[in-house]
Amino acid sequence: MSDEYASGSSTTGTAADSEVEADDATAADREGNSPETDGGQQAYTVRLELVDEPGELLRALAPISEHGGNLLSIHHERGNITPRGHIPVEVDLECVPARFDDVVDGLREAGINVIQAGPERYGEELTVVLVGHLVETDLSDSLSRIEGEAHAGVLDLSLNAPDGTDAISSARLRLAVDTGRRETVLDALRSLADEKGLSLIEPLSGGEI
Amino acid sequence: MRLAILGAGAVGGSVAELAGEYGHEVVALANSSQAAVADDEELDVESALERAASDESLGSSDPDRVFETDYDVLVEATPTTLGDAEPGFSHVERALSDDKHVVLANKGPVAERYEDVRALERESAGSVRFEAAVGGAIPVLSTIEDCTPQAVTAVRGVLNGTANFILTRMAAEGLEYEHVLAEAQDLGVAEADPAFDVDGTDAALKCVILANVLADGGFSLQDADVTGIQDVPPSALELATEDGRTIRLVGEATREGVRVGPRLVPENGAMAVSGTRNIVQIQTRHAGDLYSSGRGAGGPETATAVLSDVGRL
Repeated sequence: MSDEYASGSSTTGTAADSEVEADDATAADREGNSPETDGGQQAYTVRLELVDEPGELLRALAPISEHGGNLLSIHHERGNITPRGHIPVEVDLECVPARFDDVVDGLREAGINVIQAGPERYGEELTVVLVGHLVETDLSDSLSRIEGEAHAGVLDLSLNAPDGTDAISSARLRLAVDTGRRETVLDALRSLADEKGLSLIEPLSGGEI
Repeated sequence: MRLAILGAGAVGGSVAELAGEYGHEVVALANSSQAAVADDEELDVESALERAASDESLGSSDPDRVFETDYDVLVEATPTTLGDAEPGFSHVERALSDDKHVVLANKGPVAERYEDVRALERESAGSVRFEAAVGGAIPVLSTIEDCTPQAVTAVRGVLNGTANFILTRMAAEGLEYEHVLAEAQDLGVAEADPAFDVDGTDAALKCVILANVLADGGFSLQDADVTGIQDVPPSALELATEDGRTIRLVGEATREGVRVGPRLVPENGAMAVSGTRNIVQIQTRHAGDLYSSGRGAGGPETATAVLSDVGRL
């Protein structure tokens, strides 16, 4: 079950009060996905993945208003757990389209894992297999770096280590990537694999064939 | 056409055997040390090949005599060499300087010295074709030629039967690379020294040729980004299978470059050919993707591509 917080909730302490009344006006627009409002504001949904620790939600929301976004609503899905054991949070916000990238970048700079950002973002999934000494080369560091440096959301991870974690193992990663950023993400994965002496088995380019 | 064939191995020998069926005549057949040439009488291909097979001399002439025979097309089917692509390149040069046509099964000259070959061709009344160098019997280059290279944006393919056989068996049986390689060697699918196939070099050479055709030159093996299949463990294939995918050694050629490496492909997709089959995807600007699949190696198969080239001259 999800807890819903009213927009402009004091939980954040940062949402601009003047924008609270915009909530109702844009709700329908958000539904219809054609959310151009007065002043060129546009509604966006970002999906975040938070560590279950006190203060994390507040910390996650601060960068949104700092970068010019106004909070509309927050769905804090406490009963749900992502494959990595974190809590998914869905945030509706509005901002001028030109600022949306700043908002998302701001979230990432604050170390928040953005797994989906806006209707046109994270439009693609990418599956890769990493092979090598995954555990000895710090798998959790690799995952954090994929999310931080490659700007890809890790949706799912399968590890296959038949000979134990100190031998060669394989991991299949399903990643969410921004539309059109597939090559950039793959480049970042290639560098990471090179640096850690891992082999990266990429999906075939040119679509599903 | 009168054919002079350099290289009397699986491909050269098959070209010699099948030439008659395609309406051509063999006037010379040579390996690296001996040649059988037709002077006044017709060359007896069958007995020359029988002699070669039983380790007797193929013929009594010097291989250089081949160039002095009255031939129309030089079929270059000597082994592929890297770097300066010799002696294949010199064979091409000599035939073109005599205004003869050249059909290559040897990948070296067009993978390593494409611009040089084309420059010689421009000076010659003869022309150069090399369908057999990429994908054996599969019509890859002629398809690109038919679409015009400018309208082709990329060519991808599973272009090495040995590597594909190994990955197919590993996925099906959950076996280690080394185990399946030994099995492939027992079956004659893999060479005693399989490096050229499993480290991706062979597929890369084919893709370099394709990139040269698309971009009209500019590539050699050292421009290719190549990874082989030696480090693919069964655990990776197992993970891929759980997700409806499998792993294939895929080569990719565009005007920007050449990449070869193990790639995830849909398990039931076109690229997941099994065993020693090859497949090529030609991505075009106006006609979507074209696929051709078939036997990418073998004497009679590759000879078919050579003889198709002769027919197109």
